[in-house]
Amino acid sequence: MQSNVQQFPPFRAQPTVPDDHSGHGHDAHAHAEPNFWQKYIFSTDHKVIGIQYGFMALCFMLFGFFLMLLMRWQIAHPGVPVPVFGPLLHLAVGDAASAVKDQAGNLLGYCITPELYNSFGAMHGTIMVFLGVVPLAFAAFGNYVVPLMIGAPDMTFPRINMASFHAFFLGGVVMLVSFFIPGGAAQAGWTSYSPLATTIPTHGQAFWLVGMVLLITSSLLGAVNFIATIIQLRAPGMTWMRLPWFVWAQFVTAFILLLAFPPLEAAGVLQLMDNLAHTSFFLPTGLAVGGQLADVSGGGSPLLWQHLFWFLGHPEVYVLILPAMGIVIEVIANNTRKPIWGYKSLVYSVLFVGFLSFIVWAHHMYLTGMGQKIATFFQATTMIISIPSVIILTCMFLSLWGGSIRINTPMLFALGFLPMFGIGGLTGLPLGLAACDLYLHDTYYIIAHFHYVVAPGTIFALFAGVYFWFPKITGRKMNEFWGRVHFWCSLVFMNLVFMPMFAQGIKGMLRRMSDGAVNYSAARVPNAIDALPGSVMQLNGWILWAAIALGIAQIPFIINLFWSINHGEKVGSNPWRATTLDWQTPTPPPHGNFAEEQHIDRGPYEYSVPGAAEDFTPQGGPAKNPTAHH
Amino acid sequence: MEIPYTVQNRPDTGIYNAKLGIWLFLASEVMLFGGLFSAYVLLRVGAEPGMWPHGWLNVTLGTVNTLLLALSAITTLLAWAACKVRDFTKFKIFHACTILLALTFLGIKSYEYHDKLIHYEIALTDGRFADGHLVEESKDFDLAKKTGTVTLHGRIVEDRRDLMDLRSPEAQAAKLDEVTIAATDIKKMGNYGPRHNTFTAIYFTLTGLHALHILGGTIVIFYFWAFGGAMWKTDPERFTNRIEVSGLFWHFVDLVWIFLFPVLYLT
Repeated sequence: MQSNVQQFPPFRAQPTVPDDHSGHGHDAHAHAEPNFWQKYIFSTDHKVIGIQYGFMALCFMLFGFFLMLLMRWQIAHPGVPVPVFGPLLHLAVGDAASAVKDQAGNLLGYCITPELYNSFGAMHGTIMVFLGVVPLAFAAFGNYVVPLMIGAPDMTFPRINMASFHAFFLGGVVMLVSFFIPGGAAQAGWTSYSPLATTIPTHGQAFWLVGMVLLITSSLLGAVNFIATIIQLRAPGMTWMRLPWFVWAQFVTAFILLLAFPPLEAAGVLQLMDNLAHTSFFLPTGLAVGGQLADVSGGGSPLLWQHLFWFLGHPEVYVLILPAMGIVIEVIANNTRKPIWGYKSLVYSVLFVGFLSFIVWAHHMYLTGMGQKIATFFQATTMIISIPSVIILTCMFLSLWGGSIRINTPMLFALGFLPMFGIGGLTGLPLGLAACDLYLHDTYYIIAHFHYVVAPGTIFALFAGVYFWFPKITGRKMNEFWGRVHFWCSLVFMNLVFMPMFAQGIKGMLRRMSDGAVNYSAARVPNAIDALPGSVMQLNGWILWAAIALGIAQIPFIINLFWSINHGEKVGSNPWRATTLDWQTPTPPPHGNFAEEQHIDRGPYEYSVPGAAEDFTPQGGPAKNPTAHH
Repeated sequence: MEIPYTVQNRPDTGIYNAKLGIWLFLASEVMLFGGLFSAYVLLRVGAEPGMWPHGWLNVTLGTVNTLLLALSAITTLLAWAACKVRDFTKFKIFHACTILLALTFLGIKSYEYHDKLIHYEIALTDGRFADGHLVEESKDFDLAKKTGTVTLHGRIVEDRRDLMDLRSPEAQAAKLDEVTIAATDIKKMGNYGPRHNTFTAIYFTLTGLHALHILGGTIVIFYFWAFGGAMWKTDPERFTNRIEVSGLFWHFVDLVWIFLFPVLYLT
């Protein structure tokens, strides 16, 4: 922190120690080689923070996936001891994984109790959304790539950036710790509907709320940083309409996080008051728990929680999908070797989506009895928001037309994203209309719908991003063969997991049933039109095996990821022959990113320009006369 | 490596980084308090007829607090202006006033909280309600064992609704006396804490969160006030920016109170 003379960009404030490209050594006061803690834990470098986020998010996603596998076992074989992991589960959570004995009293193993199933359900959703996909899509890729793409030396507030990661980490720890407290983790679903969230006798919900407040703080700090960085630190010549679309997607995502998360924080504070100070914000008058009148003042409104939650919850969907779309656009432009189709439509569409995402939330609440007039309004906005989403997807498809498509692992995942997200999006339309939603609400149909959007949709795009930017981070490519194995197996098993759920849902199988709907089905009249046929119940077994196969299909990816760090094929700084600025840096990019000041004089996707020396024309490069822009 | 535009404005956006950052942060704060205010609206609209309290809070103290914050907004502005004309002594004086005003505000707020926490409503076994400030509990007072007595300065009413509107002519005319109640006559006893009803709940939550903001702002301003001298000597422009940014936050917190005061005290 020295002089007040501001010049953009300050790249010629060269380090006094030569050959120090590894860490923080560039400040006037810190010449010493940073130690492990400074370099990897308390780093303020956006690239290190991006990798920290990415690593943690992938770990959390794996953990969330394991929770799901255990739940799928319970759904397919309710009450049957969990193979292999049963004793481990008992060791970790105690009697919540209850002992199963045969008639002679011999221990057969440990099975999942309904309470444990409920906390797995709640925590699977929470972990996947708030600790997995958002940190990976927004924080990890955004942190690593956005400053590079706009030609910035770092984020505007590097120390706040670090604080953001630490708040995230702490939030994750609080969430994980809640599994081990008496009563276990939160059990009221990732939506934490009141009064259920208050009346379940566990402090897991309080942990969940504290964890959420930390995560919200983290994303707030991140969002402020992203927006300020994109507005303030664009290199000279990087005008708004020259931004790579990925940056636009991150920009809109940051605004959604900035404005949609605080109402959930407000709701979280209120629910925390309900749980700890015994207020009645969300508890109605006359609330009975276990047949007893609850000792609360009453007068609160359960609907209020749902409104506040979904005011975040729906924009959150776009937080999950927009960065993923951004990655897909970058990968498609790069591998079709032609400019992206309809750049301006894409920009206006993403802005429109961002705006509209704030006024569609109550389509999650058609069944609450909030009133037909309100429902009509939200049906209309829900139908309208599908228009810009379709424009974005259409631009992606049209970009393929006439391109000389280069197939590699990132491109395969990006191409896989298109139909998968398409299925997810189109199956959402019936849910947006109250008449069909009344029937489909809370069935497996809706599980299938949003998983198609997020799992083979967003997560495929995230895989594309990992394979795509891995060479920039490490200077080596990930193995192509195993990448393709990973893709094809994931594609097949992903569909085998989620496609049957559409059928189950349409047949009337409800979600959140800890016995896989066995009792529910048995209670129906046999052969009646709405009874669950045996074939629907059988699908549970199939899905379990598909899910296990999907888990095995991730092993090549995990090994490939770590193996390639030291053993992958060595590549130069621009192996994909890409145009955007992130590929014009040295590999890996040093602290401060660019060796020379960048000057941008063209759009982001100038591939195959007639008459150009090569089939790609980088967006920027060293300025011919750096002082000319001041 | 150095981040550009930490002190000077970026020419095409006309703003420096921290100022943009704080405006974005304040936008999110608007949504946070917006969520809480909409909760207030829904709770109030959804309250049973006659069960939403009126006149429970001390308007005089509220007015004094409003004036304190309004004054502190002025001193904050003057402190920043003093920095702009490079007069550090004046800055010290003005921000000392800001800190004192803020602490007085918090003191009054604590007094109001205390006043609510010693205010009890007791449901009596005969169906009536005793209500008033706690004077004393007898030494052997124990609600669980039903021993001893409790003395309130207040009144006893037939209908709980009579306690809701303290601006009604009946409530205005009511005489407050010391009432002593035996533990054996008590069905339920509770103070006017957050769990009393949805009004006290939202009152404590909203003003508590606001008070935390006041506290945070005060700590930041105090930090600049006490330890800002070093930066003032080396980089006064950057220091002035910090005062401006913390001042923007302070003005926002004042503004929140301007909404809280009528919504909670005057209705």
